[in-house]
Parts: sequence; structure tokens; C-alpha cells
Amino acid sequence: MSDGAGSVERVHRTRRVVNRLMLTLTGVAAFVVVVPLLLIFYHLVSAGAGALNLDFFIRLPVPVGDTGGGMLNAFVGTLSLVAYATLLGVPIAVGAGIFLAEGRRAPLATVVRFVADVMNGIPSIVIGIFVWAWVVVAMGRFSLLAGSIALAVMLIPMVTRTTEEMIRLVPRELREGARALGFTRWRTTLGIILPAARSGILTGVLVALARIAGETAPLLFTAFGNPFLEWRLNEPVASLPLLIYQYAISPYDDWHRQAWAASLVLIGFVLMVSLAARFVIRNPYRGS
Amino acid sequence: MRPTPDSAGALDLSGRSRRGLLSLFPSRTRGNLADQVYAVLVRSMGIVLPLLFGFIVLRIGVAAWPAIRSFGPAFVTSTDWNPVAREFGALPFIYGTVVSSFLALAIAVPLAVGLAIFLTELAPRWLAAPVAFATELLAAIPSVVYGLWGIFVLVPFLRSAVQEPLAATLGGAIPFFAGPAYGFSMMSGAVILSIMIVPFISAVTREVLTAVPRDQREAALALGATRWEMTWQVAIPYALPGILGGAILGLGRALGETVAITMVIGNRPDIARSILAPGYTMASVLANEFSEATGDLYLSALMEVALLLFGITILVNVIAQLLVWRVSLRGGR
Repeated sequence: MSDGAGSVERVHRTRRVVNRLMLTLTGVAAFVVVVPLLLIFYHLVSAGAGALNLDFFIRLPVPVGDTGGGMLNAFVGTLSLVAYATLLGVPIAVGAGIFLAEGRRAPLATVVRFVADVMNGIPSIVIGIFVWAWVVVAMGRFSLLAGSIALAVMLIPMVTRTTEEMIRLVPRELREGARALGFTRWRTTLGIILPAARSGILTGVLVALARIAGETAPLLFTAFGNPFLEWRLNEPVASLPLLIYQYAISPYDDWHRQAWAASLVLIGFVLMVSLAARFVIRNPYRGS
Repeated sequence: MRPTPDSAGALDLSGRSRRGLLSLFPSRTRGNLADQVYAVLVRSMGIVLPLLFGFIVLRIGVAAWPAIRSFGPAFVTSTDWNPVAREFGALPFIYGTVVSSFLALAIAVPLAVGLAIFLTELAPRWLAAPVAFATELLAAIPSVVYGLWGIFVLVPFLRSAVQEPLAATLGGAIPFFAGPAYGFSMMSGAVILSIMIVPFISAVTREVLTAVPRDQREAALALGATRWEMTWQVAIPYALPGILGGAILGLGRALGETVAITMVIGNRPDIARSILAPGYTMASVLANEFSEATGDLYLSALMEVALLLFGITILVNVIAQLLVWRVSLRGGR
């Protein structure tokens, strides 16, 4: 027999149990998400650290069967690719970001903003194929230039949007003050607004660099890879992610070891750039 | 020398002094030459993005046109992909892309929402900060590193610890889990994708959960709700459109992910009912076959695959974007 007080008590107990159970489950979810990260780092260090030595950084790859050798070509290649992509992409992206921040609600600005957000979602392999059909076909060869263009196409929408957001964080009064003092529009932006937003924009650029440095898919048919040291714009170049990909799917144990080591270095590089982005002097107008 | 009214122009640090009172009230229409050049320059950099976008569509569209013309709609309904016989049906890849992405979403959304609730509602600060940082790190890991880890750690683990027991027990009754356990399979692909998209979904979910007004939460607690009831019946419904937007953004990432999934999904152009069997995705077939494509029609068929992949991801992203914009517009009101 169930009197009223008993059933209320039961409901209370059920609700408390459900509360406990579900809150515990959220903790379990957090644990399940973090475990792969720990495992990945554990395996990177345990499998990769052994293959790391000075030769790895200063020598070229050796043929299968020979031991030793390094990945100098890939380090130089990745650095050149990222450098040229930055040179090509950042000026356009910052200009577009200024346009968006100053245009605000103009119809064209709305279109550009929407396209930038949508472009952020284009699969990187599609960008690689687009650049192949455009640059590689036109040049008749794979090249550092094509790889850099592919990475720049990925970088532009990212940096455009962060630049816009960082410029918008600069107080209106600064712009109005400069204009009231008779600054022309271009001097206001270049002399007052951009310096004020500098560290924020730099953070955005660094975050984008960390991302494109680890990209493989856009380089498969553009930079292509190269077993030799190369930094000329019209020659194919190696890159760290490409080499990791090739080595990982190869059947050779020694290459697998090198792939782990290269991944460890790549992760180290990406994390260093990301951390640098975090600790770049904070934008004084940010998040107050 | 006594300043004359005209020397107001001396304040114009641009070095160009202009005459008259108008220089104090610069109008949009009467900017100086440098300003006009500047405006055109900035505007043209803005226009680069839509132009680039149009150019991508055009380039890939033109390259895909021969395949579109010769196969017509059969391209997306045929399951035969046999370049040697010049048969090109993309259905196995479309199937692989869609199924692996939705499976990944099914794994990732509960985890990401659980994680976000844990971080916003439950975890003390000393625990929340490192866990949040760890999920951000997860987003920073390059896809090829996920692939490497997938090949040598995740796939062997899934095969022996999950797939073989699953095939032995449920495999007979449920065709989705039918053996043999290959290891390199749709399931491995979905699992690696889910790990990769969790950070994006949980970041958006956290953001919208923190945006739920305090008084809503306190009202629920004052009415006697438990913490879970407050979260589930008040905070989550309030944040739902944002969570949905985050999930769709995650879906967009999963659909376009290339290298990591190529390394673990097995790359076999079949539509297998079992998720323990190998599959193939649109992005993977591009990565694997594009550089070996012999013959114009083969190349064009791959271009059409790229165009389809592009179309699907753009559609998904536009939906996500509109959803997120709508939510942020509503919040601004």
C-alpha cells in the first residue's frame, strides 16, 4: 500500500539518484574526451623520442634499407610553404578584415563576411584540387608556389574574420578622436587602429599558421613532396605532414619510427606556435 | 604668428592641408585622393574572397563537366567504380562519407555536450581549466598525426577489444556488427572523426551554456529543481539552437576530413552493411586516386566527386552559419 508521503519520498529519491547519475556521466564524458589526448601524447613520445637525434634535423632521407638519415628537406619545405603562404595571404586577409570592420552592415560587407565563414568550411582536399587545376596545370609542374597558394587560400578566410573582430574591439573613441584631429581615413586606420589591434591580429595569424603548418591534404597535388632539399618557388618541395603521411602508410618499420619522430616534432611546432598565440601580449581592449 | 581660420588645416596630419571650414567636417563624399585610393584598395581585398570562392566553383565545375555530361545523374546512383572499365559510380564514396560522418556525430555529440555540462556546471576551477585546455589541444593536433595514431594504436585496439567480441556476440543477429573484424573499417573511421570534432562541438556548447542567463538557472533551483534538472530542463533547451549549430559545424568538418580517415577506413569502394567492414569516402578517393588518374574521363570523374563534396560541405556550412547567425541575432535583441 502506498500512502502519499511514501510516494513523494520515492520521487525524491529517484530525482536525487538521477541527478547523481547524470552528473557523474558528464564527468565520464569529460574523461573519455581527455583520454585519447593523453594516449596520443604518450605514444608520440614513447615511439618518437627514440628516433630523434641531431641527424634527424640536419640530414636528408636515406633510401629504404639504409638506417639513419633525417628530414631536413621536410623542415625546410614546411617553413618555406608557411612563409610564402603568410606573405601571400596575410596582406589580403588583413585588408579584407579592415573592409569588413569598416563596412560593417554594408551589403557587400555582409556578403564577404558570409563567404569568409563558408570558405572556412571548404574541405582542404578540395582546395588542393582547385589549386592543382589552376596553378599546377598552368605551370605544368608541382611547385612550392602551388603549395603556398593552397595554404594561403585556407589562411585568408580565417585571418580575415579574426582581423575584423580584433579591429572591432578597438574603442570607437580612438577612431573618432583621430578623425576629429583631422586624420584622413587611411591614416586613421593604418596609424591608429591597426597598431591598437596589432597583438590581436598577430594572435589570429599565429593560430592560422599553426593550423596550415599541419595540413597534408592541400599539399598532396600541389607541393607534392621532394626527397631533396629545395626552396625554389617553381620546384616541388617536401613538407613534414606529407612525409609523415607517406611514411605512415609505407610497410617499413624504420619509416614508421621516423613518422612518429616527425609527428612529435610537428606537434611540438604546432603547440609552440599556438602557445605563442596565447601569450602574445594581450590586446588591451580585449575582454574587459 | 596668429592662427587664421584657414590654419585649421594644420591639424590635418595627413600633410595635405585643405582650405575652408569643410576640412573640419570631412564628409564621406569629399574624401581626399589618398582616402579614395585606400577605400578602393581595401574594398578590392574584400572582394578577393567572393571572387576566389566563385573561381573555385568555376574551376572545379569546368573540370567536372565532361563527367557530368557523360554520366548524368547515374554518377551518384551507380555503385560501380571501375576506372579500368571506365565505369564511374560515386555512390560508395557518398555513402561512406555520409555514414562515417553521422556515426562520428552520434558518438561526438553526447560526449561533447556531456563535457560542456561538466565544465560549465560541475567542475571546480582547478579541474575545469586543464580539461578545457586539453580539449583545445585536441583541436590543434594535425590530422595526419591522428591518422598515424589511428593506424598503429586505435585500429589494433578496436579490432581486438571491440570489433572481434562484437562480431562474435551480436554479429550473427545484427547485420551492422557482422564480422569479420577487419580493423580498418567504417567504425575506425567514425571513431577517429569523432575524436577530431568533439573539441569544436564542445567549444560552441560551452559558449552557449555560459550565455544562459543566471536568473533562469536560479529560478529553476529556487523551484526545487536538482542541479541536473536545472541543466537539462532549463539550460539545455535555452542553448539548444546553438548546440545544434555546433553539431552541424562539426558535421561539416567530419564530411571534409581527409587524411586521418583515409588512413583508417580501409579504402574499399563497397557499400557494406556492417560497420566492421572497410569503407571509402569522397575525400579519401580524391587523396588516393587523384595523382594516379589516367585518362581525361577518370580525372573528370574525380573532379565531379570533388564538386559533390564541395557542394555538400558548403550546404552544411551555410545551414550551420544561418543557424548560428539567427541565434546571435536573437541574443542581440
